[in-house]
Amino acid sequence: METSNRQITFTPELFEPVERSAEEVEKITGPPTSFWSDAWRRLKRNRIAVVAGGLILLVLALAVAGPWLTSYTPFEQVLERQYKTPSLSGFWFGTDQFGRGMFDRVWVGTRVSLYIAALVTIMDIGVGMSYGAISGYYGGKVDNIMQRIVEILVGIPILVVAVLTMLILEPGILSLSIAIGATGWTTSARLIRGQVLRLKEQEFFLASRSLGAGTFRLITKHLLPNVFYIVIITLMYTVPTAVFFEAFLSFIGLGIQPPNASLGALINDGAKQMQQFPHLLIYPAAVLVTITVCFRLLGDGLRDALDPRMRK
Amino acid sequence: MLKYTLKRLVNALVVLAIIATATWFLMQFLPGSPIQNAEKLTAEQEAQVEAQYNLDKPLPVQYALYMAGLARGDLGNSYLYAGKPVTDVIFERLPVSAFLGVQAILIGLVTGLSLGIISALKQNSILDSGAALLAVLGVSVPDFVIGPLAQYWLGLKLGIFPIAFFESWWHSVLPSLVLATSIAAVVATFTRTEMLEVLGQDYVTLAKSKGLSKLAVVVRHVLRNSMIPLVTILVPLTAALVTGTLIVETIFSIPGIGEQFVRSIFDSDYPVIMGTTLLFAVFFVASYLIQDVLYGVIDPRIRVAGHRA
Repeated sequence: METSNRQITFTPELFEPVERSAEEVEKITGPPTSFWSDAWRRLKRNRIAVVAGGLILLVLALAVAGPWLTSYTPFEQVLERQYKTPSLSGFWFGTDQFGRGMFDRVWVGTRVSLYIAALVTIMDIGVGMSYGAISGYYGGKVDNIMQRIVEILVGIPILVVAVLTMLILEPGILSLSIAIGATGWTTSARLIRGQVLRLKEQEFFLASRSLGAGTFRLITKHLLPNVFYIVIITLMYTVPTAVFFEAFLSFIGLGIQPPNASLGALINDGAKQMQQFPHLLIYPAAVLVTITVCFRLLGDGLRDALDPRMRK
Repeated sequence: MLKYTLKRLVNALVVLAIIATATWFLMQFLPGSPIQNAEKLTAEQEAQVEAQYNLDKPLPVQYALYMAGLARGDLGNSYLYAGKPVTDVIFERLPVSAFLGVQAILIGLVTGLSLGIISALKQNSILDSGAALLAVLGVSVPDFVIGPLAQYWLGLKLGIFPIAFFESWWHSVLPSLVLATSIAAVVATFTRTEMLEVLGQDYVTLAKSKGLSKLAVVVRHVLRNSMIPLVTILVPLTAALVTGTLIVETIFSIPGIGEQFVRSIFDSDYPVIMGTTLLFAVFFVASYLIQDVLYGVIDPRIRVAGHRA
């Protein structure tokens, strides 16, 4: 055969059909990717989110194990070793005015802050998810009344609610969580309601209802799993907000009381003595900033991974 | 539109009434009275003071008197500054906070807009990443961390700014800068997103192909259209500003409304706490109201739907 630029004429004889059965056509060759593995793959490609996630894990690990790495305890007061500056051989983060090791105090404070953040997040999601799901599922009059209530709650600044609640309740971890979580759930309730309203119109929902599924099954089996990704994204943004408000309340003296400490209380103490001993401010502030920045960045990453349409 | 505005206005008043009632009830649970700060008094004098604050009357009457006072714009009298009306306490300090707030908003808007515009025009460049990092830091680093650090570096080490008090305009610069950080961050992120969306529109391509200069396209077509939805960040800005004044004024010892609020909490001066709480609530509710009404003006689709999405 010549290899020059000669025109080839195609005739039907040159082709032969590949015979495939109807079954073969429908066969799936690759392994199926679920929604979650798909999201995980997208998340792993996002370098910023991976780094942020790693840092969060590191902070969590230190908050749990940090105080055990040292030979002293966070509450032991030794006046001979006041205001030691940080050193690698002695106190890694230095000591405070009572000679307490700052390394231990920072991580115990982180533990308290994260504990409060976790409680607030659970409240936020628990209340927000059920409220939003019920409001969206029933629609009509129920939805109308429930949404009016949310509208009123949204108008009340979270700061004011938190301050007033803390004036009445004894300062402590639980009361702080209640004060911060009291109005925070409205955002997730609204997001979930919107999503439920949309899902309710879809065919799979109608199919399940025609097959006789009850209200409880419809909500727990069909609606909540489909809004779960919203919950995860909200969670990522709730944590820094909770840490921030706890620190703010401790800063104005309404939060965790001494000798206990949260990050906010430590920062407040540190700011007062910053002129002579900047290490008292810098370490707790650095941990607080790491937590808020990393959760936000991971939240952005998760939003892009779980809901690519929301990408900005 | 008028009906919608009126509906929202009534809604706002209901919210304020609920907040006022809730605050009043919460205050009944608290210990402390106007007598605690005074010298030792005879029983007769104590009764006189209680009568002055209406504390001798039954609770429902006290509530009715308080709400009636509110309707007239009377917030009661301070416990700490013997018999001084709360409105006087607030209005003495409001101008300072307002000045700080306005200055911070101006700084924040200018910085935020510039950062946002640069990021959007140089998308995915080093400048963009740098601005994004600054924005994340601005939102995430609280004022009570930035404040002391600014005092330390700019005030003590470099000696550029005075670190406390409010004696001259120069004293107000550092607190305003600290307040402006979160505002700038919110505005920058917002501006970038909006501008990127507008840059992809057909009319921008048209403006470019008409042969308009880059500057003209950006200023006349892109910027103008991306600024319209600026109202959506009104509420987060108000929130940032109010929280900010509490912290910044306390840190910098500025005699504003935020510093008074924190001080009243420590002094258990409940009438002042209540008054200031209501003032903050009015700020928030007003910004929600303005935002909702402006939405309708800007985006007719919302007007037809008649409620927030």
